[in-house]
Amino acid sequence: MSDQGDDLVLSELNDSELVEQMMDDLYDGLKDEIAEAVRILLDRGWVPYDILTKSLVLGMQIVGDDFRDGILFVPEVLRAAQAMKGGMFILKPLLVETGAPKMGKMVIGTVKGDIHDIGKNLVAMMMEGAGFEIIDLGINNPAEDYINTAIAENCDIIGMSALLTTTMPYMKVVIDQLTEMGKRQDYIVLVGGAPLNDEFGKAIGADAYCDDAAIAVETAKSMIARKHNQA
Amino acid sequence: MAEVILDITDKALRDTGLCRVGAGKTLVIACGALAREILTIIEVNSLDHLTLTCLPAILHNTPNDIPQAVATAVEKHRNEFETILVAYGDCGTGGRLQTTCARLGVTMIDAPHCYAFFDGTQDFIDRGEVTSFFLTDFLARQFDAFVWQPLGLDRYPDLLDMYFGNYETLVYLSQTDDADLMRKAKDCADRLGLKFEHRHTGYGELAPFLRP
Repeated sequence: MSDQGDDLVLSELNDSELVEQMMDDLYDGLKDEIAEAVRILLDRGWVPYDILTKSLVLGMQIVGDDFRDGILFVPEVLRAAQAMKGGMFILKPLLVETGAPKMGKMVIGTVKGDIHDIGKNLVAMMMEGAGFEIIDLGINNPAEDYINTAIAENCDIIGMSALLTTTMPYMKVVIDQLTEMGKRQDYIVLVGGAPLNDEFGKAIGADAYCDDAAIAVETAKSMIARKHNQA
Repeated sequence: MAEVILDITDKALRDTGLCRVGAGKTLVIACGALAREILTIIEVNSLDHLTLTCLPAILHNTPNDIPQAVATAVEKHRNEFETILVAYGDCGTGGRLQTTCARLGVTMIDAPHCYAFFDGTQDFIDRGEVTSFFLTDFLARQFDAFVWQPLGLDRYPDLLDMYFGNYETLVYLSQTDDADLMRKAKDCADRLGLKFEHRHTGYGELAPFLRP
């Protein structure tokens, strides 16, 4: 995306140039440059939440849009995600300290029998960037892991991911178990993964199927807002 | 038949598939990754009732496109054949290929992937090798085109752990006894940083699927 030369000195850019450059660097997956730029903005007195939302999240939205439009492919998205992770690593503890707005709490994981976590990790990172508190269960999770964590941590959202046709039906096991416990209505259930679609999401009783990380964020935001309006 | 097999290149099977081979009244619409195996089964078993055509094997990497590609092929050929068989497993379509085949009234292989029906579908499922990555003969030959390059590992080797960090073993399910392919499969395991395991499956459940 950028024509950045090796001689570009990030600290010499003004704030708006630097933010612009960060979005380019994120697009190009330049982790070290992102970390450096985050530190520069912090030194200039930027609030961590503003760095997150006005540079990293916006940059990842461009990456997500271009992925959806077939301009970028999975490897490039992962490189961008690695770069964003580098920035988040610096910002995360500061966001807690400075009391950034909280959108809600989500427990997320890949379902039992499935070890694929790339999509799940992207969603977790983007949700975190959007102000959600994330409890990441990792891979290969039985129903009780989701449910017990959601109850113990007072989560708003349960997010389940699967890459395999053979493991995606397990999402229904989790939802059915929630229903049997009389707790289905307590949580927003979002599902995602390459072989899934809207129809499957509806068939298993999820609240929504999310096609990608950006859609997961938008869906979660609108469902949380609706939940609050109903309360 | 042997001459036909010699004329096929992996690149053609990957990118364009295979035009019709044979003159039988039953058409097999197959993934290009199965072309050599199916032609061998036809030859060895004298399955003259079959005609084979293949879709590009690279659809393996975009499973959402498989149901429509199969549907288009079925509609294109259905008036010329008495029966159509679809030599695909679910292949990551999330059940959509099964739904498409049922709608079109054609039979497909009841298995998650070609790895499963080569290995024996129930055995494959029962083994539950969730941390294993599978190669067949075709995928071992085409590892760079199907795995290494599409995942960007040729350009970004640092992504290897993101893709394969949760895997433990590469299982090579061989259809033929080929020392070169065995070496190649071992090399693939090394490149991915995985343990290597080999199981010779032959053609598994593919042969019974093709018999009348």
